[in-house]
Amino acid sequence: MDLTLTEKHRALRDEVLAFIEKYRGVAPSPGGGRKRPDAKVLEWQKLLLEHGYFARSIAREYGGFGAPQDLIEQAIIADAFSRAGVSPGIHNQGISMLVPTLLEVGTEEQKRRWVGPTIRGDIIWCQGYSEPGSGSDLAAAKTRAAVDDGHFVINGQKIWTSSAHYADMMFLLCRTEPEQSKHAGLSYLLVPMNTPGIEVRPLRTMTGRAEFNETFFTDVRVPVDQIVMSRGQGWHVANITLKYERLLLGDPNKLQQRLEAIRRMMTQPGPDGSRLLDRAEWRDRLLQLQGEVMAGRHHNLRLLSEQAEGVDSGLGRLIVKYHGTMLGHRLASLALDVLGSAGLHYEPQGETGEDDTATTWQIDYMYDIGLIIGGGSSNIQKNIIGERGLGLPREPKAAVPAGGN
Amino acid sequence: MRFGLTEDQGLFDRSLRAFLSDRLSLETLRRLAEPGTGFDADLWRGLGGIGLHGLLVPEEHGGSGLSMLDAALAAEALGYYAAPAPFAAALVMAVQAFHSAGDAGQQNEWLPRIAAGEVRISLGFAGLAGQTGRAALRLDGGRLSGALDGLMDGGEATHFLAYLPDGRAALLEAGSVGTTVTLRRSVDRTRALADLDLAGVAPVALLQSSNDPLAAARRVCDAGRVMLAADTLGAARNMLDRAVAYANERVQFGRVIGSFQGVKYMCADMATMLEPCRAMVWYAAYAQDALPEEASAVAAHAKAHLAEVGREVARLATEVHGGMGFTDLLGLHYQFKRITFDRQVLGGPERCRHDAAVAQGWIAA
Repeated sequence: MDLTLTEKHRALRDEVLAFIEKYRGVAPSPGGGRKRPDAKVLEWQKLLLEHGYFARSIAREYGGFGAPQDLIEQAIIADAFSRAGVSPGIHNQGISMLVPTLLEVGTEEQKRRWVGPTIRGDIIWCQGYSEPGSGSDLAAAKTRAAVDDGHFVINGQKIWTSSAHYADMMFLLCRTEPEQSKHAGLSYLLVPMNTPGIEVRPLRTMTGRAEFNETFFTDVRVPVDQIVMSRGQGWHVANITLKYERLLLGDPNKLQQRLEAIRRMMTQPGPDGSRLLDRAEWRDRLLQLQGEVMAGRHHNLRLLSEQAEGVDSGLGRLIVKYHGTMLGHRLASLALDVLGSAGLHYEPQGETGEDDTATTWQIDYMYDIGLIIGGGSSNIQKNIIGERGLGLPREPKAAVPAGGN
Repeated sequence: MRFGLTEDQGLFDRSLRAFLSDRLSLETLRRLAEPGTGFDADLWRGLGGIGLHGLLVPEEHGGSGLSMLDAALAAEALGYYAAPAPFAAALVMAVQAFHSAGDAGQQNEWLPRIAAGEVRISLGFAGLAGQTGRAALRLDGGRLSGALDGLMDGGEATHFLAYLPDGRAALLEAGSVGTTVTLRRSVDRTRALADLDLAGVAPVALLQSSNDPLAAARRVCDAGRVMLAADTLGAARNMLDRAVAYANERVQFGRVIGSFQGVKYMCADMATMLEPCRAMVWYAAYAQDALPEEASAVAAHAKAHLAEVGREVARLATEVHGGMGFTDLLGLHYQFKRITFDRQVLGGPERCRHDAAVAQGWIAA
């Protein structure tokens, strides 16, 4: 264990803090990621990329900053932004899930073509995974892609495609080898959303907004080279993406951001002039969550260290999504309680929806349940933790009634 | 920078665990726990043989001069096997007390004797650390009178280190005139607490060389809290491991019960709560040596968080064992009670979180 900062690291920390001080006025509000980045967000992203505070260790030829992989540098940067309550840049599915997947298993051409515009926020991706008949049982996907004249021809339906209504591209899990077994018949394709035959229908959620969509494919043609790895390897690629999705969903820096935001709210004098932070029952609730966030953050440092050394963290990694999303929801719950009746104000529609504190916390509080369910629900996570992490046996297969699948 | 254990730490951990696993069969543990003194001479000597006594004592005083993280790993292993051995107070807090407030002469005199295993110091605070019970001590003309309850590592202690409300600490010899020691058998029979009644006792040493005695006392308490957190981590991990093993072997309805989601999810929940605690304890221990500005807050948080997680794991792991978990037969209750003990000593979670708020400057003390 050695957390001492070298001269170089101390210099970086000072540099980041000075950057935040100088530019925080032009930073967009943290959070978001639920609408297309506007000019302010894109400008901020550009600034972060130029300074190497985003995509720091991604190679320059792919549009990154090209610094050597350095865990402490990443931790210093993430910590400085989360403590200051300043946006650390865009975190969407393309950046947090597709980019690391391509960097891990994409071709050289794919990395050069997609990584740069994606991390700049110019290309927005959505994820074509779930179907009406395959949610938790993702590998049962039925959306079909048959090969015809150098193209995949896609037919079928996806659901829960967040941001499909403004996305430029989709990474799509579909069945290309129907004669193969369930898991071996899938492929992972990259599909432009403006291809003829794609229809996106908004799916209104409990938040009153349409963060998700249903996406329909009718004879959608994509060139056969728009595939990651090869035919039949889609399940493998999808699991790489899921690994990153689960780490994204459990991101402890986001939890730290929330904790700080709640602490600041609790230092504001209420109508009677007193601060909630001075009241033991309120303070203790915040402190309980602070302890949990602290454990999550230190756990994350351990995982990063192990990752840098090429050690598989096993159980340590498998718990992150379940742990983080449940904790996130408890933080949002405390925020609502701190706001009290004044926090019931709710106008989720329109571009300004997320600029209002009460509305944003209400959305988070509901949206977090979506995150608990999505990306492999908590119960699926518990199966994975129990079976892959602890070595408990799988549930015996239920007998399939005749005519079923 | 590196967040993790070194190769040496891994080796030390494995050899300590191998020793404890070999020495503490359930049968032996039962026998050693029976008197409730939290001490066994053979086990104590054996632990000395693998370097536990002088773990934190600097090399020039006959110890191995290791770090608080090494001590936390030892505490975790001792908790895992519910070892009836003085540790948190006798081998960690006492050493920290001499470091933070002992003068050179006192360090020269006492640290080598701690490292040699011949001095075992039981330790308690008067009102500084959230201990409940009697805490009324006064030092008059160099003599100590009054009562102090719940000194840690009290069984077979050779000395007592009693903290005064102002942060100074008086070291007393166990048999000295005017000292009455009442050993309180605790619910955790592997560790004992001592109650002291003192009538004009002359201390053999007074630790008061620090400029800020309260801060010095705080550091001793913080070190103790980290050790108790690590102890709970070990005990809870033991309970989880045993619950998983049991769920993998017990058959009902023609299936091992671990294949039922109801049981599997209990195990997954325990693992999810417990796994991040390892890094939390490592960090809290490391902070005691290297991050003085955070040390107190993270020690308090680690103690409080492990107390909460420990309580959940203790219940869930017992439940997974079904009726067997509730019996004396499996001995799972030794770890259960270890967790019960750790939660209350040096302040329960509410008190620890309050201390964390003070340490972060959120509120005045």
